[in-house]
Amino acid sequence: MAKRIVVDPITRIEGHLRIECEIENGHVSKAWSSGTMWRGIELILQGKDPREAWIYTQRICGVCTTVHAIASVRAVENALGLEIPMNAQHIRNIIIAAHSIFDHIVHFYHLSALDWVDIVSATKADAKAAAKLAETLSPWKHNSAREFQETQDRLKKFISTGQLGVFASGYWGHPAMKLTPEVNLMAANHYFQALDYQRKINKVVAILGSKTPHIQNLAVGGVANPINPDSQSTLTIERLVYIKSLIDEVGDFISDVYQIDVAAIGAMYADWTGYGEGITNYLSVPEFPQDTKGETFLTPGGYIPSKNLSKFVEIKSFHDPYFEDNITESIKHAYYKGESNLHPYKGETEPNFTGFEDDGKYSWVKAPTFLGKPAQVGPLANVLAMFAAGHPPTVDNATRVLNIASSIAGTTLGPEILHSTIGRHAARAVRCGVLHDVINKEYNSLIANIGSGDYDTFNAPVFPKGEIQGVGMHEAPRGVLSHWVIIKDGQIKNYQCVVPSTWNAGPRNDNDEPGPYEAALHGTPVADPENPLEVLRTIHSFDPCLACAIHLYDPNRTELTQVTTNV
Amino acid sequence: MRERDIITQRLGISRRDFMKFCSATAVAMGLDASFAPQIAQAITAARRPPVIWLHGQECTGCTETLLRPSHPTLDHLILDLISLDYHETLCAGGGHQAEQVMHQSIKENEGKFILVIEGAVPVKDGGVYCQVGGKPFVDTVREIGPKAAAVIAIGSCASWGGIQAAAPNPTGATGVPAILKEQTVVTIPGCPPNAQNFLSTVIYFLTFNKLPALDSKNRPLFAYGRLIHENCERRPHFDAGRFAGAFGDAGHRLGYCLFKLGCKGPVTHANCPIQLFCEVGSGAWPVGTGHPCFGCTEEGVGFNTPLFTQAKITIPTPAATPPPITTEQESQVTPLATTLTGAAVGVAVGAAMMAGKKATSEDEE
Repeated sequence: MAKRIVVDPITRIEGHLRIECEIENGHVSKAWSSGTMWRGIELILQGKDPREAWIYTQRICGVCTTVHAIASVRAVENALGLEIPMNAQHIRNIIIAAHSIFDHIVHFYHLSALDWVDIVSATKADAKAAAKLAETLSPWKHNSAREFQETQDRLKKFISTGQLGVFASGYWGHPAMKLTPEVNLMAANHYFQALDYQRKINKVVAILGSKTPHIQNLAVGGVANPINPDSQSTLTIERLVYIKSLIDEVGDFISDVYQIDVAAIGAMYADWTGYGEGITNYLSVPEFPQDTKGETFLTPGGYIPSKNLSKFVEIKSFHDPYFEDNITESIKHAYYKGESNLHPYKGETEPNFTGFEDDGKYSWVKAPTFLGKPAQVGPLANVLAMFAAGHPPTVDNATRVLNIASSIAGTTLGPEILHSTIGRHAARAVRCGVLHDVINKEYNSLIANIGSGDYDTFNAPVFPKGEIQGVGMHEAPRGVLSHWVIIKDGQIKNYQCVVPSTWNAGPRNDNDEPGPYEAALHGTPVADPENPLEVLRTIHSFDPCLACAIHLYDPNRTELTQVTTNV
Repeated sequence: MRERDIITQRLGISRRDFMKFCSATAVAMGLDASFAPQIAQAITAARRPPVIWLHGQECTGCTETLLRPSHPTLDHLILDLISLDYHETLCAGGGHQAEQVMHQSIKENEGKFILVIEGAVPVKDGGVYCQVGGKPFVDTVREIGPKAAAVIAIGSCASWGGIQAAAPNPTGATGVPAILKEQTVVTIPGCPPNAQNFLSTVIYFLTFNKLPALDSKNRPLFAYGRLIHENCERRPHFDAGRFAGAFGDAGHRLGYCLFKLGCKGPVTHANCPIQLFCEVGSGAWPVGTGHPCFGCTEEGVGFNTPLFTQAKITIPTPAATPPPITTEQESQVTPLATTLTGAAVGVAVGAAMMAGKKATSEDEE
């Protein structure tokens, strides 16, 4: 008999997500992903000046800060056919790369590691043995026995206060926790160090973007950072050198800590390479434009049907009709009225709340499709596309991570293991290495461009009479983000966002095909339905961000947690 | 005081319930229940002040700011300074485990915990646009608010409704002060606010055992006591009438005033130009990098006045012209004349007001 469990809310994500599962013989047999909060930002945008839409859309999410700003200015520029000065492209690209590096590090250590790492077990570790293990795995300078001992003492002291705060509700001692106390201590030590390194890379965003979260240096047509190497009031050489030194410091953390931890923990949970595959149509878009029009890029993107890398179709520009023409959104199982499978330019958002119906409507998230099929987006989709395109930094980073994991697991782990719960974490670590290569290149390009005497940062937008439309695409940390804008007489007429977590968290579509979360949960083992840690593992591997997914309605955030009943 | 008395007086529960809680805590930590006495001892010793953090209509950007500072760091804050007993983004456990800990903490610490609220409270249609725990968020705020020792509304959403309160305000979003009218709600507006302004407020409270001095909108004076315009490094350009006319033009590249690009610094209270953001030193704030302030901290300005529309200066501040440090008999130029000269070349809209205002007007509101 199937057992029905509800996990609501899913914590350690942005926003509000409810997952319902049926469990048979210790495995998930059926799953429903239900999103939920109405803020009405698209409605507020109607009638506004398109030049300030990014100020509003960026506030869709404070975790995916910057991404909704970038997509917004690109959408308006796309509608206008406006070219962007190279300095502006490079400044934006450095911000995008730095923000993504931060996001991947924080996702692994602070939002998902506690699904795999048992902090309480770390207090029982032999600190010297843990340090020795870490030193055999990595040349990282902060893996000494003394540092491990300090971390352990800190944890013990904290636990002995009895005030566990946010850690009180953890799954400590859960049967699915498999790491040795020493590995747990190593990960706990890096959990704290990661807090320092995310702060460093965020400083790069702050220097260029004024602050973070929610940068304030963008403009439709470029950036608001003036360039004049001989003025004390702009991006001075001191600011630029500071950026470079921060980039260098974080590079070592990515290669010597993050990638190695993911490879090691992945190898120790190798069984999880067999769970969580789900939807294997992968969609990503090219990123880091290298010209003023968005036609050449540093990282490729495109579509891969049914995990067949030989059928990869590259998306070639910011105005490639292959992307722009082939997206629709199904509302058959979402709480909206009207026609289903509309193109985002024609998107409607008229709510129609019915309550949770297994076979009817059950989510505020729409179900986007590409070429009529659900698609998985995110670092895995991006890494597979870059791998298929033979992108050298991707091939190098992927090979490195897989080789380390293989040597720890004592068996060969090839790229095929990436289609899994653990694979999504591995792909994020691979992408983080690629992003570090990107940010170095972008920094050098910016310096070279300034050195050549080009100080342009802004092309003023001019809005025509009549109606124009545009799409802004962005390969965000959680995957493909697109903003779709219709502008009439210089004012916003309609605005729609199709965001990464909508792609992944979406419900069944018009053909009743499940969305990526739902499909990935199928077959996930659940040892203790009262404490469904394994469900969290698969869901967290997508890095959910529900404020983004449901930027419209959420009146039904029903009871917190989980009710367990026989169905 | 005997341990038993400490428990009943300070925690407000029986010793039996308390020991049951300690055993449950031990088990939750993966430790043997025999560890309970040690936990009991620790709890009755010096305790970190409990903090409950609720999320309404928000984007988590305010929480995200806590990742940026080094003093204190997030880990130091939650491991050593406070006991963050509930926070959806950071809770290790999901669903009911997290909820249980929150209710336990509220019960034990009634009248002693700090309540932080992030996000707006929608009140339209009975508050259905944000429901937490099966009931409208507005009801949760009304229920938990009065039990707190102090309530802090972090961010513009919790302070006055923020972005979702922009016209047409589809959900009737409002700030926490409008809900908890009977008590003092400290507001830390900003989108998001500077993390240091929030952290300093908390640490002020913990250190001096009282709230910082507040203005009429319950904003701490140490952070919101002055207009951005008063501490802006570009202020001398404003006074001298030197303005950027467009992004990237000659004036913009020389660091001129951004008023004509729509800067809302003259009508926005915040310490952005002096506190700066993310600990990267000079220029790390919007005007510093070349973008006009859009007034995110100020109700009625941020998300209300269009970005590129020039601010209507309603609170004039005196020009930063040479002050009368020494009064020399031979001087050809009196301080008053200097002020007038400075103002005359200043921006038209500010000039008339500044010339006519006394220095003391800056503190009037």
